[in-house]
Formats: sequence, structure tokens, C-alpha cells
Amino acid sequence: MLTISNLQASIGSKEILKGINLEVKAGEIHAIMGPNGSGKSTLASVLAGREDYDVTDGSVLFEGKDLLDLAPEERAAEGIFLAFQYPVEIPGVSTTNFLKTAMNEIRKYRGLEPLDAVQFLKLMKEKMKLVNIDQSLLSRSLNEGFSGGEKKRNEVFQMAMLEPKLAILDETDSGLDIDALRIVAEGVNQLRSPERATIVVTHYQRLLDYIVPDYVHVLYKGRIVKSGPKELAFELEEKGYDWIKAEVETV
Amino acid sequence: MNNQPNNDLKSKLLADFRTSEERMNGASKSALHQIRREALNQFDRLGFPTVKHEEWKYTNVNSLIKEVFEFNASSELTVEDLAQLESSRLDGNVLYFVNGQYQPHLSKIVSPASQLTITTLAEAVKTTPDLLHQYFAKYADFQDNAFTALNTAFAQDGVVINVPANTTVEASTILRFVSDARHLNVASQPRNLFIVNTNAEIKIAESFRTLGDQASFTNVVTEIVVAEDARVEYYKIQNESDMAYHIGTTQVHQKDRSHFYSATVTLDGGFIRNNLNIALDGSECEAHMYGLYFPNGRQHIDNHTLVDHRKPNSHSNELYKGILEDRSTGVFNGKIFVREDAQKTNAYQSCKNVVLSNDATMNTKPQLEIFADDVKCSHGTTTGKLNEEALFYLRSRGIPKVEAQSLLMYAFAEDVIKKIKIDTLREQLERRIQAKLAR
Repeated sequence: MLTISNLQASIGSKEILKGINLEVKAGEIHAIMGPNGSGKSTLASVLAGREDYDVTDGSVLFEGKDLLDLAPEERAAEGIFLAFQYPVEIPGVSTTNFLKTAMNEIRKYRGLEPLDAVQFLKLMKEKMKLVNIDQSLLSRSLNEGFSGGEKKRNEVFQMAMLEPKLAILDETDSGLDIDALRIVAEGVNQLRSPERATIVVTHYQRLLDYIVPDYVHVLYKGRIVKSGPKELAFELEEKGYDWIKAEVETV
Repeated sequence: MNNQPNNDLKSKLLADFRTSEERMNGASKSALHQIRREALNQFDRLGFPTVKHEEWKYTNVNSLIKEVFEFNASSELTVEDLAQLESSRLDGNVLYFVNGQYQPHLSKIVSPASQLTITTLAEAVKTTPDLLHQYFAKYADFQDNAFTALNTAFAQDGVVINVPANTTVEASTILRFVSDARHLNVASQPRNLFIVNTNAEIKIAESFRTLGDQASFTNVVTEIVVAEDARVEYYKIQNESDMAYHIGTTQVHQKDRSHFYSATVTLDGGFIRNNLNIALDGSECEAHMYGLYFPNGRQHIDNHTLVDHRKPNSHSNELYKGILEDRSTGVFNGKIFVREDAQKTNAYQSCKNVVLSNDATMNTKPQLEIFADDVKCSHGTTTGKLNEEALFYLRSRGIPKVEAQSLLMYAFAEDVIKKIKIDTLREQLERRIQAKLAR
């Protein structure tokens, strides 16, 4: 589904990603872990098309298409979803109105008829249950005055509505207490299917107790320095990142 | 001393005044005419302002005074002509003026006479001279403002509204001023006077439109007297052409415990200067001022507001927002005076702008002059681009860039539009803003 080859990206003159290689197949969950500043969020942002970064080398293919050629909205319409680490507050735009616009723009891109109000509301009700989000939250301005947990839950709700092929969760666990974490994880797990894939970017192993990955990759200084099965996450939890750093430095 | 190119228009106006005076016979001795003559003399002394004048630093009237206008050109608009303006039908009292002249066949007054008296200025001069003598030109100061002086000297028509004490006018009142510039350059100087007596309540909107592509000039003055415990909602809506010049002053005088609530929305117009001056000449008053301006092309929109806190325990609150595109320019100048007697004043002012093009310019100037020591005052202005982070967020959900920008701009504008409490008017503006964003 997703093939990242030798991806290099910088912000200003600062190189952040120094040659990422990663293959994600449909049905898989990949965890990207690593110490702060290793480039995890940059990778997530570059995949979603944030314009602050310059891609200096490498390629990203998504279902055979060159992802780097597409605008952020085209990537979304192709089926990529980024759950933000810091969801933006947008005063004056209600979640409901915004999501309806987003869904219908994506449908337009795919050559589908727009959903009417009744169809949209029905879908919304169904997905609201999934992430246990309150109607009153959705009629308010997007993320405005939401608690950290409410913002993250809103991200997962949007994901459930848009049903992406590839979901990228950027530190979705940060700032969540254990109950919120469980609800968010359940939402993600319910979307698991053989046609979809997920990339979970996280600093801590904690989230992976709830969203069990097929593969764990360690990102350090802009490169994937170690990959392994889910057990690698336990090892990182137990021993921290220092042994990986040491391993990399000796090489 | 006054060697400016404006001498032409100025001398023409001075000559016009003398000519009409000669035709007046006895009427030239009336008290009203004495005020007009005084105003004309003041205009003669002041001349048109130049950019050297602090209040006109960013708003250069040179191109206005170089134009040649036909003042009060007669025009008989039909209902079909009006359809070109694509205005929705608004409920309530609707009064039409075309090139400054009242159009009874297009107007309707639905409120019963027990709720308000509503007459044209021309009529009021004949029927209620005492009322005019009491209020006319008593609030809008023409000593320092050449355009107010000019309006005071020349204004022939407009609307006089008198709401009796303890009366709530249920229907809203909409005054529509249309410049018919289809055939020639036209100018008009409407003059309105609203007297809202003790514990009375009214909602009034003034709307300004243009028909045609020739130049138009509107120089309007509105005086609003808000007596003790009275409540006034006042909306000024401008949808004029790129060839329209508009200079307007709204002068508000508030007494104890009165409420004044206003929104000034300028969606289109070539060259616009709005003065909103509020004198809080009573304690425990409230004044709310909202504004939205949305210039594009080479449009110029200037909003000057002045809140004069003269007595203790009053509250003023102001929020103006601007979206500037292309090569447009905007000006916001917000003055707040807190006099020595005005202890426990609470004054808040905010002006927020989004500048969408590198060629657009916004000039903001908050001015607080505080002579009392126990007051709460704050002000802030921001001018910037659309929030990039918000834009990326919307795009990452599949909303194309242009639509995402529109969504953000609409939300920005809606913040002011939602303050308009006349539903039909608000809905009409919402549609107009959507349309302007879509083009």
C-alpha cells in the first residue's frame, strides 16, 4: 500500500529525515517509536503533505501513485488520514459542518454523489457511538475550548467518519489519561480491517498495549535504525532508548 | 492659503448655496437656515481635508473632489429597476431614497403611529419645525468636520424618526439609499435624525447601494438621540460599486442607562469613510460597536470610531474585523476618551484583520485618552495572514485550498455578522459574503 524509499526532508537548512525506508501493506499496523527529536512527527507531517518541509530526496508511493506530487487535500481524498498531535482550534467552524464539507469534497474527488443531510446524520450517529463522543461537542466550533482528551477523541471520530485506507496517528496518546486512551484505542481497533493500514507514531509503549502493532520501528536521528515484531516495544519500554543510541553510535 | 485642486468643487458648492439662498425669499430667515448658513461658512473656512490633517492621514479625498457630480439628480426608479439590486424583501418599515430623494411609491410604513412617527426631513421642516429646532445639528459637530458641515448646509432630505417614551417599535425600520449612477455622476447628502425617547426601543438599518457604473458620492449624516433607559439597535450596511464614494458620520448621544448596539458592515464600495461617534453622556450606559469590512480590488475602507465616556459607570465594547484582498486598503482608527468624571468606566476595543495579499494595506490606530483613575480599558489590534495551521488541518481532511480559505474567512466574518439581530438582514448578508468569497 505504502512504499517509502530513501525519504529525505528538511525544514529550512536543517535536515530531519535522512533516508527513510518503509513498506506498509494493507491490514498491517506499524508503530514508529523513538526518542524526542528523532523525526517521528516530521515523517507523519511529510506523509500528510505539510508544506513547511522540503522533501530533498526519495519517493513515497501510495497504491502506486506518487504521493509527494499530491496536495494535502488530494492525499486525503486518496485515503490518507493524519490524526494530529495538536489538533487546531478553528473558531466559527463547527465540526459537523466541516466534516460534511470534507466528506463531500472527498466524494466529489472519487466521482461519488454527495451525501444528503439525512445520510450524513445517520452516519454521524453511528460513528459517534464508536468513539463515545457527545453531540454537543460536534455542534461547537472545531476543537475550540476542547480538553486534550476531547480533541483526540474528535480526531478519531473524524477518522471513523472518513474511513481512510491509511491512518497515521501522530502521538495520539500524548495528554490522554488511561480511560481516554482506551476509548481512542477502541475506536482505532474497530476500524481495523484487511483493506486498511495504520501507522502509529508514539514515544511510549503504553498505547501499544491497546493498539497491538504487527511491526515496531525505531526512528533515531532521521533514520529507521531498528525494526522488529511487537516485542521490540516491550524491550524499549524496559530499557529505554539509550541502548539503541549506543548501538547506532558504535556502528 | 488654500491652493488645492479642491477649489473647484468647493467654489461650486459655495456658489450653489448662495444661489439657492436667493431663491428662498423669507425662508432664509428661518432658524434652520441660520444653522445651514453657519455650517456653510464653517465649510468655507475648513475646506476639504488633506492628508496633512491627522484624521485624514490615510484617506486622501483628492480623487473625490476632482470628480464632477450632479447633486440630487432626479431619478424615478421602478420596482423592476430595484430587482437589479437583488435585495431580499425585508419586513418592516422600508423607506427608499434615490439620489437623495424620497421615493414614496417604493416605500412602506407598517408600524402604527402610536409606536413611532416617521417622516422625511423635507416634510419635517414644514410640519415639525420645533422638533428640528430642538435636535437638528445639535449633536453632529460641524466645527471640525468639513463633510458634516457640508451635509448640514445642503441636506434636503432624509428620515426623521421619533419614538415616544415607553414604546417598543416592533417592526424593524430599513432606510435604503440608492445612488442611480446609470447615466451620470450623481451625489446626494442624506440627513437622518432618530429621537428615541425615555425607555423606548427601536431597530434601524441604513443600507447604501449603487445602480450603474458612473461615479457616485454619498455624504450622509445621522444623528441618534438615545434618551434615559432607551435601547437602539443600529446597522449600517454598504454594498456600493467600485465607483462609489461614501463619507458618513453617525453621531450618537446617550443618556443614563441607555443601550446602543451597532454593526457597520462594508462589503463593497470604492472609497469609504465611516465615522461612528458615540457620546456616553449618562451613567450606566452600554455601547456596543461591531464592524466588518471586506475590500478587494482597489477599494478603500476607513472606519473611524470615537467613544466619549463623559459620566461614570458606563461600558463600551468594540470589535471590528477586516478581510483585505488584492490592492485594497483599510483604515481603523478607534478613539476612546475617558473624562475625569467617568470613573468606573469599562471600555474594550479590538480590531482584527486578515490581509490576504502582499499588495493590500491595513492601517490601524487605537487611541486611548484616559483622564479618570479608576477605569478598566483595554485595546488590541492584530493584522496577519490566514492561520496556516488551520488551513493545513482543513486540507488534510480533503477540503481543497480555496474552499478551506473561504471556510476560514467566512468563520472570521461570521463572528461579526452573527451580532446582527434582524434575521432577514443577517441572512442576506451571509449570502452576500458567501458570494463574495466564491468569486
